[in-house]
Amino acid sequence: MESQINRGLQLAGKPLVSIVSAGMSKFGRREGLYGRELFTEAASEAFERCPNLDPRKDIKAAFIGMMGESFEHQGHTGPTVMDWAGLLPIQAFRLEGACGSSATSIRCGVFAVLSGLADVVLVGGVEKMTHRSTSDATEYLAMACDFPFEQWNGLTFPGLFAMVATAHMHKYGTTEEQMALVAVKNHHHGAMNPKAHMQKEVSLEKALSSRVVAWPLKLYDCSLITDGASCLILTKPELAKKFTDAPVHIIGSGQASDTIGLYERKEFTTLSVGRLSGEEAYKTAGITPADVDVAEVHDCFTIAEIVAYEDLDFCKPGEGGRFIEEGQSQIGGKVAVCTSGGLKSKGHPVGATGTAQAYEIYLQLTEQAGRRQVKGAEIGLTHNVGGLGATGVVNIYRRW
Amino acid sequence: MAEEPAQFTIEEFYKFVNQGRLVGARCKRCGELLVPPRPMCPKCFSKDLEFKELPKQGKLLTYTIIHISPERFQKLTPYAVGIVKLEEDAKLPGMIKDINFDRIKIGMTLAVNFDKKADAEDWPQWARYYFRPTENPATP
Repeated sequence: MESQINRGLQLAGKPLVSIVSAGMSKFGRREGLYGRELFTEAASEAFERCPNLDPRKDIKAAFIGMMGESFEHQGHTGPTVMDWAGLLPIQAFRLEGACGSSATSIRCGVFAVLSGLADVVLVGGVEKMTHRSTSDATEYLAMACDFPFEQWNGLTFPGLFAMVATAHMHKYGTTEEQMALVAVKNHHHGAMNPKAHMQKEVSLEKALSSRVVAWPLKLYDCSLITDGASCLILTKPELAKKFTDAPVHIIGSGQASDTIGLYERKEFTTLSVGRLSGEEAYKTAGITPADVDVAEVHDCFTIAEIVAYEDLDFCKPGEGGRFIEEGQSQIGGKVAVCTSGGLKSKGHPVGATGTAQAYEIYLQLTEQAGRRQVKGAEIGLTHNVGGLGATGVVNIYRRW
Repeated sequence: MAEEPAQFTIEEFYKFVNQGRLVGARCKRCGELLVPPRPMCPKCFSKDLEFKELPKQGKLLTYTIIHISPERFQKLTPYAVGIVKLEEDAKLPGMIKDINFDRIKIGMTLAVNFDKKADAEDWPQWARYYFRPTENPATP
């Protein structure tokens, strides 16, 4: 695939941009708080972490991910969150890429800084979801999959990922137990994250016996409907030290698009956007999958994490089930995956997820991840997918 | 008055569904089969297209049984949905009806059927096609 960041390739192995601060609201059922208020929580953390930043003066543009107006009956999220975060009149762009919205915010931040048009940008995302019924939330989320053929025939997001799971089980012999092990691992990690939505361990038996949502996926195969917001401050690598002694550099980045409908694809057991954006990100970063110490992948459903192992070349196609079974993706394994608890346990406020993944990598690479710290982590990766893999973004990070 | 040229649209696809037919569009320049029909071939950018009737049966590629659904489908739960390959490059998702769930198998042959009428909704007013076993329906 031809690189979409041509200058990025010329810079192979060098920082594209630097993260000098990051913030994330507590994830969970945040009753009585609007999206804009949650965003303020994330932004104020990012500002407090970075005393050398004068937010209104230094920040030149903001890119905000948000998926659905239906949840809060509120669109025009860009200026709304800028207002509440005290950042008026700075230009703001809202980006929508379903569950991958705020990873596209990061991409646009990279574009803006690399272009030289903005030296310092804020990238983030927000979603307020839990005040709606499960049925309404399911319908709003389903808007990110094809309407005339998929939604119209009763498909939902769990249903679509369930069809990926059925195909994976049929082709490779992946089991419901292997999928449940992803939930067990991510809840184990999430239990160590004070900002996670559901900070508790889940046993294999409990995961396997939970009620069916869309066979073969059960309740514990699904990520959580969550309220939350997150953001990062990005700048040019040469300016990073002005703001912090410990920046984290984005050294690789890739993004791709695929068909809106799963039914249009040649294969149902892989997400091409994960593979293509991963290849581009590895190439830009000048690293191999074996170099990655810690990764936040898009575990919206447990099968999606198994597919991500394969698409990111952590293991071969078809071996994702064994990869989790052998403990390769837990802290202490070959690559620690979803140390935050992932979408599964930390929660999945869809628009906020992309930058929340980067927030976890920022904590890990600056050794601020507390009990879930991966010792000596130097290279991190985020893999964020929108919808049923119609949008995919992979970013690679290195500590200063 | 000159007749409007054929529209290779989703709306047109569902007009055919209302008549009990499934159609795609064939690109007359490169031969690509477009299912659903589209106004332009995404392979070669040609707009020189013709309708092509699709087979009335196909093979099941993957499926799920949905237990939690949006409001619109709640009275049907649990229901099966699958993706059926009607011919090379012609795949469609749809409900699988008239079958016990444990008899659904990847690779099985399913026939295309049509609902009698569209749901009473403001928009869209589309009838639905669906899939069912080719032989006798499953006994309960």
